[in-house]
Amino acid sequence: MADTTVVDNHSSHSSGKDYLNESSGIWSWLTTIDHKRISVMYIYSIIGFFLIGGLFAILMRLELMTPEPLFMDGDTYNKAMTFHGSIMVFMVVVPGIPALLGNFLLPIMIGAKDVAFPKINLLSWYCLIFGAAVAILSLFFGGVDTGWTFYTPYSAKSAGAVSMVVLGAFIMGFSSILTGLNFIVTIHKLRAKGMTMMRLPLFVWSLYATAIIQVIATPVLGITLLLLTAERVFGVGIFDPNLGGDPVLFQHFFWFYSHPAVYIMIIPPMGIISEIISTFSQKTIFGYKAIAFSSLGISAISFLVWGHHMFVSGQSPVAATVFSVLTMLVGVPTAIKLFNWTATMYKGRVSFATPMLYALSFLSLFTIGGLTGLFLAAYAVDVHLHDTYFVVAHFHYVMLGGAIVGMIGGLFYWWPKITGKMYDEVLGRISALLVFVGFNVTFLPQFVMGSLGMPRRYHTYDGIYSAYHMTSTIGSWILTLGIFIAFYALYKAAKSGEKAPMNPWNGTTLEWTVPSPPPHENFDTVPTVTGRPYEYR
Amino acid sequence: MSTAKVDRRVAHSHHFDSMEQEHESGKQGVWLFMATEIMMFGGLFVGYFIYRMKYPEAWVEGGSLLSWKLGALNTLVLLFSSFTMAQAVTETMKGENKKALNLVMITTLCAFAFMVVKYFEYSGKIHHGLFPGLDIWDPSAVQNEGTRLFLLFYFLMTGLHGFHILVGVGLMFWLMKRLKNDEFSPKYYTAVEGVGLYWHIVDIIWIYLFPLMYLI
Ligand SMILES: [Cu+2]
Repeated sequence: MADTTVVDNHSSHSSGKDYLNESSGIWSWLTTIDHKRISVMYIYSIIGFFLIGGLFAILMRLELMTPEPLFMDGDTYNKAMTFHGSIMVFMVVVPGIPALLGNFLLPIMIGAKDVAFPKINLLSWYCLIFGAAVAILSLFFGGVDTGWTFYTPYSAKSAGAVSMVVLGAFIMGFSSILTGLNFIVTIHKLRAKGMTMMRLPLFVWSLYATAIIQVIATPVLGITLLLLTAERVFGVGIFDPNLGGDPVLFQHFFWFYSHPAVYIMIIPPMGIISEIISTFSQKTIFGYKAIAFSSLGISAISFLVWGHHMFVSGQSPVAATVFSVLTMLVGVPTAIKLFNWTATMYKGRVSFATPMLYALSFLSLFTIGGLTGLFLAAYAVDVHLHDTYFVVAHFHYVMLGGAIVGMIGGLFYWWPKITGKMYDEVLGRISALLVFVGFNVTFLPQFVMGSLGMPRRYHTYDGIYSAYHMTSTIGSWILTLGIFIAFYALYKAAKSGEKAPMNPWNGTTLEWTVPSPPPHENFDTVPTVTGRPYEYR
Repeated sequence: MSTAKVDRRVAHSHHFDSMEQEHESGKQGVWLFMATEIMMFGGLFVGYFIYRMKYPEAWVEGGSLLSWKLGALNTLVLLFSSFTMAQAVTETMKGENKKALNLVMITTLCAFAFMVVKYFEYSGKIHHGLFPGLDIWDPSAVQNEGTRLFLLFYFLMTGLHGFHILVGVGLMFWLMKRLKNDEFSPKYYTAVEGVGLYWHIVDIIWIYLFPLMYLI
């Protein structure tokens, strides 16, 4: 163990009580203000949402197996597509890593007993659950067929429960804002003695960069959805051109939030990858400062690039060119991270445990996702690729291949800490392999058919694309199998895994200096930090 | 968990190291929340300006439908309430909970006065068919079609602002209860300071709304 290092920490926990067994009963969970228990509640609920959203994805891929309609009509397909998108974006990937892993780890990693506002932390969980319930219930009130972007003027007029889903997203926005606010204050004010900003674990840096976006961008989504609701309720043309409104304004508002939101989704897994790669290479992270500040760089640029979603929306060519160039700038901090991770592995003692396999999977999938993002950022190229499967594939490489793969990797990495149990390494590795293979079989063909012109959001298509669609559907089955094995491995570990030691991976951050699972207030003695993390010799 | 209830006037919550740290954290939390308020209203102001450029005559007509006298009255009421709220914070910092209680009470009365004026303004508009939606809207009441959009922004922005005033009133009642129980001390007054900050931001938003809606 290197010296990140806790001077006066007992190595063993005396009372035998930990955060999981210090009280029991469902009520002790629903009213808990312990960040670790809230994190566990997030894990259960977000995995639940992920399974619902995934079910719609599988059904859509099944429908797309043949060029002719198979078992869905167009209307059903549009609703399935909207539900898949809204659930995955608003209930899974946006709250995702900050809520389910960040909540658990942030206070421990900086040597605090809890987040700054524990009650508000619980409130954000309820906001997510309540908002999600409202949105999901809309399924029983006619469903929504607008796509997760709710583009006007269609969404202002379309029948169905648009207002319900919009209200749900609005409530879930508060969850995001409150989590971000809590994390920023916690990082500023609750660091243990000696834990300077330059000694923060990189996962904490990534949560910090994310929290800034959550606090600044989310209110704009709130106001956009409010305007959309007002338009639906009052019948006034804010965004409807027939009534004198401007539909492109909706897109500006929407993407002003939703572009930064993709960095809410991708910066936290980048933080996880930094932790995993350093630990499983047993080597000091290369370019600590570069990685930390590139997270902040990405958040800053993220606010200036939203126009790249509107290259074909009648935005002026000058604006489009500026947005195009600014978007490509995002590639710089991202590439800085990728090079630093690669350099960390170079000459390290790399071991291929499950979390590392997911991390390597992230590296290759995210690189493909990022590079194809540059194609789409190029103004002229995007005019051709816009609204095709190329965009679908790019987005999934970043969000599923990046964010979700990173999240599953993180779950495996910290599972021994969270549950106090070890998972089955064989099952873990098989799942990582299946997810990687299944993912590529599903989404690589989509790049090809997209560049050939297959438009997104259609449930029937020309026969020339059928081989690609068939491959993609088969891939989705492999991917599903992989994900189920991953969740099964986690479940089995929590249920009947072997007891985990305090520091199974020889990690250097503070969470590995407390028992697995940690006691109620994390530390028996408040730690004093004397050095940086990742100081392997 | 079995932490006994701490007396916040002299002791910090268990997950903080000191009262000062707790106070600083609370204050920063309120500031960050204010940032989200500004971003939210900022979005509405952007919409306001975009349509103002698109429909300049409608915006002129819309402004003329509003009574600048009532608007100015409300501006004065809020400015005065900001002053009493600031005084309440100062008195709490000195440990004068009773004086602070009176000041918060005056602030609350101002908030009520503001909402009463707002009620008369709104009901007048609704009476003349100038509410831009539901079945109330009367197209013949205005000359420009875009005026309906102006009125929508008027109702949305002042309505959202009014909602914040009402939330503020709720917070004031909470403060009054705690001030009455003598729960604050010169070392612990985060709640009063936080509500004060909130109240000032709500006032500042009105300071922008008033000229944009009523005057220009
Ligand atoms: Cu974007």
